[in-house]
Amino acid sequence: MSMLSKAQPNHRSAPAVRKPRGGGLLGRLKEQRLLYVLMLPAIILTFMFSYVPMFGLYMAFINYQPGGGSFFRQFFTTDFVGLQWFEYFFTNGDFVRIMRNTLAQSFLSLLFGFPMPIILALMINELRNGWFKRTFQTVSYMPHFISWVIAANIIVTMLSSGGVINNLLTGLGIVDEPIQFMQKGPLFWWIIAISNTWKDMGFNAIMYLAAISAINPELYEVAKVDGASRLKQMLHITLPSIRPTIIILAILAVGGILNAGFDQQYLLQNNTVLQYSEVIDTYTYKYGLQNGMFSYGAAVGLFKSVVAFILVISVNQMAKKMNEQSLF
Amino acid sequence: MVKDKKDFLFMTAVYAFIVAVFVVTFYPFWNIFIISLNSAEDTLRGNLYLWPREFSLASYAQILSDSEIWMAIKVTVLRTAVGTPLAVMTISMLSFALSKRELVANRFWMLYFVFTMYFGGGLIPYYMVLKNYHLIDNFMVFIVPGLMNVFYMIIIRTFMQGLPQELDESAKIDGANYLQIFFRIILPLTTPVLATIGLFTAISHWNSWFDSYVFTYDPGLKTLQAVLVKILNQYQTGSMVGDAQQMANSAKRLAVSPDTIRMAATMVATLPIIMVYPFLQKYFVKGMTLGAVKS
Repeated sequence: MSMLSKAQPNHRSAPAVRKPRGGGLLGRLKEQRLLYVLMLPAIILTFMFSYVPMFGLYMAFINYQPGGGSFFRQFFTTDFVGLQWFEYFFTNGDFVRIMRNTLAQSFLSLLFGFPMPIILALMINELRNGWFKRTFQTVSYMPHFISWVIAANIIVTMLSSGGVINNLLTGLGIVDEPIQFMQKGPLFWWIIAISNTWKDMGFNAIMYLAAISAINPELYEVAKVDGASRLKQMLHITLPSIRPTIIILAILAVGGILNAGFDQQYLLQNNTVLQYSEVIDTYTYKYGLQNGMFSYGAAVGLFKSVVAFILVISVNQMAKKMNEQSLF
Repeated sequence: MVKDKKDFLFMTAVYAFIVAVFVVTFYPFWNIFIISLNSAEDTLRGNLYLWPREFSLASYAQILSDSEIWMAIKVTVLRTAVGTPLAVMTISMLSFALSKRELVANRFWMLYFVFTMYFGGGLIPYYMVLKNYHLIDNFMVFIVPGLMNVFYMIIIRTFMQGLPQELDESAKIDGANYLQIFFRIILPLTTPVLATIGLFTAISHWNSWFDSYVFTYDPGLKTLQAVLVKILNQYQTGSMVGDAQQMANSAKRLAVSPDTIRMAATMVATLPIIMVYPFLQKYFVKGMTLGAVKS
């Protein structure tokens, strides 16, 4: 992959590139005005919906009042409160609980959700090409394409007291009475982790299957001649060959550890499990929009954005060093 | 001989694993489906596993006679039909410009866009800004912010950079300008990727609930998924009242219980997706692979 991107610069600096009609920067800009026309909508949209909200983060340092005049005017008319909202976040007792839930849910999701696509890809690779493999793969993508709303509906139905899972457990005599899965706080972390894994393992296996398809088939031929079993071939050829992909995706996953999600927690939670379900994003929404503490919500959001940014950048540097390639 | 026996055991384990994953993935959908097709009273008896016991379309009839659902379907179809082509157009135009190495300030613009993938204002300032633009409670909030997506831009740009350079050089010699090169030469060649991006965009439009749930108050602007959230919330609160009381309430229920209604609504929101994505599978697998290799 890095070969490809390295080959391009030489290939690209073809004669057509250097023929500035008017010479100089202005001439080139004039020649490229149509390119800028094509870019213009995206430039404006990105400014309006990504950069303006970043400037809007200033509201985390003031005491924004819903009825106190227009949003940007309040930047100048409202009291500057410094880091007061951040202090409040760190000292009011919620911080530890929110971070614990966020990290625990992310970590458990990785614990199941990271290895499963790898195992799945290895197994799919062993299947003979044919209708069974194709059908299986199609079905395995299904949960990825449905919304969390639908997934949540399915999950609460499966886990309800009269649902399939409880009937299975009582039928097999594993438990005497149905378990109230959705009412038990500590179980919520596991439910999130398993739901995340269920939803995305099939789709995430695509990346690994792509890496597997790039393996030189001669390696397997040689192994067969040497009498290696299929299990040995999988463990000693396939798995080591996709190791770089695994490492890169693992590093990236660590970079996203603060993004425990919003949809799944918000849609699956209820008041009995709130102590365990609330993560940074649902907390921001609850305080910032539902309870009207706008500046506080913005401060919590800013805290998350900054930490997440630092994580992703350091992780990107790590990935770069390990594979000598950047993420972008 | 020993090797063959080992392989046999191994393949048995592989198929057992695959079948288990198949069941875990597919069965929940099937279960929802058969409950939605079962009569409401009979569903209360529970123990529905493989087939509907008392076949009934009453829940679907109920759902599809509800004006709120029809309104939601209309909003959802409209945002998908309008938002998808516009987004694919905006993003591919940008991708084309950024795929040109000769573009002045190419690196600056890449940084300008990619930075927004890694840092953002977060929900609260975003809401405030939408309010300032008068997009709260406005149908356009479903369309305009979604016209840009940096990740898709990277995928399309990568694909365009892989196209043979000679194509637009010869067009340039023939006197074609950038617009003509883009629309007549590059865009038709990019169709497989555009299909992938179009599919992803359309599905995210169809699936989105949060923007409708948070940024609109008008009942006429609720998407199908946002209505489904409401139904889910009612169910979640209902299950907290306790099963005994639920059973008591259910005695009074008419031909259609909230459970079967919920399943039918879930199916109505799911079926269009299940019917579309398998046909575009070869495109998105290729598109994802491409994105993976580059990123």
